[in-house]
Amino acid sequence: MTVLIESPLRPPAAVLDRTVAAGDGYVGRIPAGGSLRIVDLHGNQAVDTLFYDAGNLANRYSAFDTIREQGSAYLTTGSRLLSVDLDPLVTITADTCGRHDTLGGACAQESNVVRYGMHTRHQHACRETFLRYGAEVGIGARDLGHNVNFFMNVPLTPDGGLTFANGVSAPGAYVEVRAERDVVVLISNCPQVNNPCNGWDPTPVRLLGWWSA
Amino acid sequence: MILSHDIPAASYWSVRLRTGRLLRLTALDDGAVCSALIFAASDPVDRLNVPDTLKAQLSARIRPPMVLMSDRGTALCSVTGSSLDWHDCLTGHSLDGHAEAAGRSSNATDRNDWRRSARYGLLSELRKHGRGPTDLHGCVNFFAKVAIGDDGRLAYDPRHATAGDWVTLRAEQELLFVCSTAPHPMSPTWAPGAVRAEVHVGTRYGPDDPSVTFRPESARALAAAKAVTT
Repeated sequence: MTVLIESPLRPPAAVLDRTVAAGDGYVGRIPAGGSLRIVDLHGNQAVDTLFYDAGNLANRYSAFDTIREQGSAYLTTGSRLLSVDLDPLVTITADTCGRHDTLGGACAQESNVVRYGMHTRHQHACRETFLRYGAEVGIGARDLGHNVNFFMNVPLTPDGGLTFANGVSAPGAYVEVRAERDVVVLISNCPQVNNPCNGWDPTPVRLLGWWSA
Repeated sequence: MILSHDIPAASYWSVRLRTGRLLRLTALDDGAVCSALIFAASDPVDRLNVPDTLKAQLSARIRPPMVLMSDRGTALCSVTGSSLDWHDCLTGHSLDGHAEAAGRSSNATDRNDWRRSARYGLLSELRKHGRGPTDLHGCVNFFAKVAIGDDGRLAYDPRHATAGDWVTLRAEQELLFVCSTAPHPMSPTWAPGAVRAEVHVGTRYGPDDPSVTFRPESARALAAAKAVTT
């Protein structure tokens, strides 16, 4: 059953308040104990996100270790997002959407060709954004692990099926994470227009951060 | 047959495969697991991308005739056959903590029966090829099944594979295949099994190959591999 948990943190007190345009990205540092909220301003917008241990970028988010250790394929409030060394990087502390994917990966120009055909080779994709913003902090192609897709709905079935379904998010829905150590967050506000992950129409999201500078 | 090698239980191994070669893995013991990472041997960056493989073929498990795809959208290998219709790819490989749950172990005390995790083995083998922790990516746990509940709950099936179960992979480009036979990280007991790896010459495939006709996505990944190998 989906449980929706709201946050007590108030936007006027945020030290980070930034709108990420459709198809754009963000890279930044969250100090240990700080909270980052991602607001799905218009609903059904996938936000592809990677976390790294700021002190050791090789100790990066691991989707498969995270879902194995929590025994469940989806992320929601209480999910501890673990690194490849099983260190908690962030914990989801609030979630008004209810369920987030971490098995669907990020779109890339090359995988778009596989999925949709050569006419999509030059469409913008999350991996382009990851590489562009990652370069600012020394994160390159080999450092891109498998990401979280906040607000994205990728249902699994007991017979081993996987589909991309219409989003379960809504305008104003948000997810909030608390950093369990100093982390680097790398975000691509997904530009995909070939499937329903963004409601066929990518839209902006808002980032809010609370920590002592 | 070009090569046959028995990988002992809870050990690790790697092999380079030329384009077109067939790698056949056989469980020699009940409950054996082969946690594998697959790389494009000629490309320092390109490697197996499990999420892309799954979403392109709308599957949450590895089974014939799926094509295993890379970060760069090329086919690395095709699953040409298997006695099992489910190979886990959602739950990663074991770490040192999983091995230590069975008690501390070292070479000094246990010699070559030393209990080492899949992480230990995969990193050891990756380093031989000039690679390291940044090359760890989602793996395939051949012979393992983690069942998925209606609500996304994950449950390891300890009775999935028995001795004699097999899977065959056709290399669609030159590959580096790195694997560990440590137990699955969700296995409640330390009960590793041995795995036989055979490399066969393989045969050319045609347009009616099951991996080509499986889905348009599979065919496009295979075409992308052809483009980098010819």
